[in-house]
Order: sequence, then structure tokens, then C-alpha cells
Amino acid sequence: MAEAIHDIEIRNLYKIFGPNAAAYVDSVKNGMTKEELKAKHNHVLGLDDINLTIPAGKIQVVMGLSGSGKSTLIRHINRLIDPTAGELLFEGKDVVKMSESELREFRRQKTGMVFQKFALFPHRTVLENTTYGLSIRGVSRREADERARRWISRVGLDGFEESYPNQLSGGMQQRVGLARALTNDAEILLMDEAFSALDPLIRTDMQSVLLDLQSELKKTIVFITHDLDEALRLGERIAILRDGRIIQQGTGEQIVLRPKDDYIASFVRDVRRGHVITVRTIMRKGAQAESPVTLPATTLLEEAARAMTNAEVSRANIVNRDGQHIGMITLSKCVAEMIAPDDTEEVDPETEVA
Amino acid sequence: MDLIEFPAMGRSDLRELRIAIDGAFREFTRAYGETLENIFHPIQILLVFIENLLIDSPWILVLAALAGLVWALGRSLKIVAGTVLALLAIGYFGMWEDTMRTIAMVAVCTLIAVVIGIPTGILMARSDRSNATITPILDMMQTMPSFVYLIPVVMIFGLGKVPGVIAVVIYAVPPIIRLTNLGIRQVPADVLEAAEAFGSSARQKLMDVQLPLALPTIMAGVNQTIMMSLAMVVVASMIGVRGLGQPVLQAINNQYFTLGVMNGLAIVAIAIIFDRATQAYGKRLQKHLEAVHG
Ligand SMILES: Nc1ncnc2c1ncn2[C@@H]1O[C@H](COP(=O)(O)OP(=O)(O)OP(=O)(O)O)[C@@H](O)[C@H]1O
Ligand SMILES: [Mg+2]
Repeated sequence: MAEAIHDIEIRNLYKIFGPNAAAYVDSVKNGMTKEELKAKHNHVLGLDDINLTIPAGKIQVVMGLSGSGKSTLIRHINRLIDPTAGELLFEGKDVVKMSESELREFRRQKTGMVFQKFALFPHRTVLENTTYGLSIRGVSRREADERARRWISRVGLDGFEESYPNQLSGGMQQRVGLARALTNDAEILLMDEAFSALDPLIRTDMQSVLLDLQSELKKTIVFITHDLDEALRLGERIAILRDGRIIQQGTGEQIVLRPKDDYIASFVRDVRRGHVITVRTIMRKGAQAESPVTLPATTLLEEAARAMTNAEVSRANIVNRDGQHIGMITLSKCVAEMIAPDDTEEVDPETEVA
Repeated sequence: MDLIEFPAMGRSDLRELRIAIDGAFREFTRAYGETLENIFHPIQILLVFIENLLIDSPWILVLAALAGLVWALGRSLKIVAGTVLALLAIGYFGMWEDTMRTIAMVAVCTLIAVVIGIPTGILMARSDRSNATITPILDMMQTMPSFVYLIPVVMIFGLGKVPGVIAVVIYAVPPIIRLTNLGIRQVPADVLEAAEAFGSSARQKLMDVQLPLALPTIMAGVNQTIMMSLAMVVVASMIGVRGLGQPVLQAINNQYFTLGVMNGLAIVAIAIIFDRATQAYGKRLQKHLEAVHG
């Protein structure tokens, strides 16, 4: 099993769409905006100085509104799109500089991809879809079948091996997409809005499947979404993209607690904060409480509040992973943080005037 | 200036131009005619071989073989039954031998059209430049009256089977080229992207994804090619191709109504057989596309 051990490092990546892209990189580096580039030269600025380290074995979510460049960014990782400038390092090699055949090998051995519209091969059965990656790199039919069947079973599609994609529901088709990517047994898994086309229930279901698999696979997953709940549920790291720029990155908790600007603040306003923020973030460090309740540092505020209410106490002690005492929390602080700060507080008076 | 009469080049100039071109072409024919004939000779051998096979074998075996072929393509008993009945009627009315010649001719022409057409279609699908170059040539092949290109073909090869095959192929190859091109270009971009993301080489993409997905469209092209070569059989009989076209030509010249109709109907009958069989095959290829879920 290919457990991920290498980070993906994206350095100063620019992508300009248009026939004369290279000519405008310098202008963009000197501060020309997406609008100016479009108006003056009729080129589209897809990505603008992306710097991102995607940690090995973690789920990195990239979030942003439609047109912010999410698909463009993820397609640079396996170079389905060539950048206009910049580098993308993996295992000390720059993917951007790879030759045709090196790139093919990189895609075959190191990456798997799941697509928003599934993009299954309609003329191949579920099994044949799933073995595709192995078959094109020359793995024997028998071994490929055996490995594929394992993954088909893991995603819960036992008995559908011989079905064609159009005989399956959307949710099942995306399970095939996931099985097809996983059968490649690669370190990197790229998922471009993989669950966006699914019904809410099936979507939650697929998120669980993914989290469940990841807890044992520990791949480097890049997951694109425009849905904050999905981002917070899946993402160990989240990067927010706007007009081709990363405007904030960090853990979900950091982004919810300290949105960098109004744009992100408006994004996170409706989030169930108690479901995202952990007690570690708001505890009073070092303080000790007279309380029978002791909570791990990673407890969510909702759970903490429930634990204290159930025990009919108003404070609790916090311990770290090794069970050492590190601080305390009160019920009122807990509840105060769960309730989103008042809207009036968040709106900057200056922008309101404008 | 006189605007009624078009200022054409002088009559004598025109004649000289024609004579010059004709002369040059005749020169070319004299110099290379034999080489070209040698190059195309294998076609003659193949055609004669198939013709003799169909004509000299016991008719009942040929009938069984044709029925078997139609079954293999269409998997439909109805079409097989129609085939057998039609062939029996054809034989009963004394047109067996001519029909076999025509089937041999169509088979060889279709084979050549496929061998030329599919690679050309692939080339066009892969490069926009070759697409832009070849498309007008195809337009010309399809609109140029067939008699016009019969002239140089006959000048080079004389009368006979080979010029017939060449004329028929020129007439019948455009649809398979066009539909191969179209079929490959119609493969959804996201499916191609998936193939690419998994590290397929260009060749693997073509063989594993593009051609299989284009196959139903390509089969529609093969079907049209067969129909067009059958239609060309009568014209080809003018340059010495034997088969069902010849009696039709004879009937036109001598006003033999019944002879014309009977042979015409025989052509129609095999056209329908070929059409239904290849279409049924095309449908079977699309089985996986039958939508069960929306
Ligand atoms: N091939 C292209 N040519 C020109 N412009 C492009 C091309 N591909 C993308 N763009 C532009 O780049 C920007 C980012 O597009 P991208 O598809 O990455 O957005 P996205 O965040 O994935 O949006 P969505 O949520 O709708 O999928 C958009 O402005 C888009 O118009
Ligand atoms: Mg997108």
C-alpha cells in the first residue's frame, strides 16, 4: 500500500489562458489584476502566484467560488494543464519540467484522479473501468482484476463488476470513479468536486467512505469543493481561492475563528461553529478547574457543552493526547463561542458606508 | 465594353490549353501506366479470387455462408430469413452469378475503403490542419460527377475490373472518412481527460478510448460506403465491370423493361441485406449506451 511520504510543493505558480500567455507573466508579477489583463490584453488570469505546500498523507481542501481557479489548480498537479510560470515539486522533482514519458510515468505511478462528472469509460464495465490504470501500465490481466475487485468491494459495489456505468446511479458511478482512482495505488489522490454532483445524503455518505478509507490509506488527497461544510468535514488543511489567488490557508478551525477578510467571513458566517472549533483553541491555558469532567483537547465545543450539561457542571479540565492536564474551559465561554459573533460586530463600518 | 458577352479566353487558346493538358496526361499515362497497373494488380487478384470462390463453390454452401455472416453481424433471425429468401429468389430468376460478382465487387471495394478511410479519418481527427486540407478534397470527391473521374482512370488502366474498383472506391470512401473523423471528435472531453490523467499514451488513448467509442459512428460510415458502392455498380459496368450492373446497362440500351427491373430489384435486395445486417451490428455495438439510469 502506497502510504504518502512526500509533500507536494507548489511554488510561484502562474497560469494565464490565451495565445500569448508568456508575454504577460511579468506584468502580472508586477501587480496587473485579472480584470486589467482581461480588459487590456484579452487573456484570462487563471492562477496568480500560488504558493502551497500540500502535506503528505493529509487531506488538503481547496475551496472557492465558481471561476476562482480550483479546477485549474488541481489540474496542474498532474499537469493536465501546463503552467505559464512556476514550479511544482514532488519527491524533489519538478513536475513542470518532466518530459512527456516522465510525466506519463508520474501520472501512472503517483497519482489517481476522481472527476466531478465521473468521466467513466462508458464502453467498459465497472471492472474494466477500475482496471484501466493498471492495464495501461502493463499489469497482467489477472493481477489487475484481483486488485480491482478488492477496491470495488471496498467502495461497496460487490456484485456490480460486470455492469456498465449507465446502469448505475450517480452515487454508484462515483464509487466506481473512486475505486478506479484507488486501484492505481498511488500516493496522490486528486478529487475535483468529486461529490458535488451527488444528492446531499449520498454526498455525506461518500464523505464518510472517503474519511474511512483515508484513516487507513493515509494518501495525500487534494479535494476541491465549493461547499464549506464539506471542506470543514474533510479538510485537515484548507486553502481558499479567489480570482486565482490563495487568500487564506490553514485548518478549518483557524479559518472559521479568524477569517482573513470579509469575503471569507461571509463564507463562514453560517457555519455550525460548535461543530468545527475544538476546546483547545479557546481554553484557558494552565488553569485548573474543580470539576469531575475531563475532556481531550480535540473535543468539539458542542460535545464539550453536552458533556458539561449532562454532568451538571459549568467547567471542565482539558488534557492533551498523553493525558496531561493543559487547561480548563467554562460552559459559558464554550456557548459564547458556539454562537456566531453578532452580524453587526462583523461588518466593518467603513464598508457599510460604501 | 460589351457586358453581355463574357470576355472568355480565345477559342484557339482554349483548345491549345486542352490539347496541352491532355497531351501531358497521355504522356504521363504512357510513361507510368504500366507501373500503376502493376501496383494495383493485387486488387485484381483479390477480386478474381473472391468472385471465383463465390461462383465456383456449391450454391448451397455460399448461401449458408452468407446467412452465417448476416447472423454473425446482426444476431437477428428475421434478417437471416430475409437474406435466404432474397438469395433464393435471385438464384431462381437466373441472376445468381451476376449477384455473386457484384457481392465480390462490393466486398473488395468496402475492404479497400475501410483500409484507406479509417486511418485517414483518424489523421483528420488528430490534426486540425489535415482536417482543413482533406475536407475540401472529400467535398470534391462527393460532388464531382462520377463520369468525370472515370475518364483519367480509364485512360490509365483501360477497361476492366481494377479501374472499376478505383472508381467505386473514390465514390464510396468519403463517408467512412468523415464518420471516423466525426466519431473520434465526438468522444467526450472529460472521458479523454480521464484517460490522460491515468497516464495513457496517445496510442493507448486512441485504441482504448477513442476508437471503441467512435465505433458505432464508424460502422454507420461503413454502412454508407457499402450502399454507395452498390449504387456505383451500374456506372462501373460502363467501364467493363461485370455483375448486376451490366444487364441493367444492356436493358437501358435495348429497352428491355423486365430485364432492367429484375436486376435492379436484385441490387435493391442485396442493398437491403447489407444495410440491415450492418445496422444491426452497429446497434449491438451501442448496447452499453442504452440508458438505464438518467
Ligand atoms: N481553457 C481555458 N481558456 C480560457 N480561460 C479558462 C480556461 N479554463 C479556465 N479558464 C478560466 O479560468 C478561471 C478559472 O477556471 P476554473 O475552471 O479553474 O474555475 P473553478 O474554480 O474550477 O470553477 P467551478 O467551480 O465552476 O468549476 C475562469 O475564469 C475560467 O473562465
Ligand atoms: Mg471546476
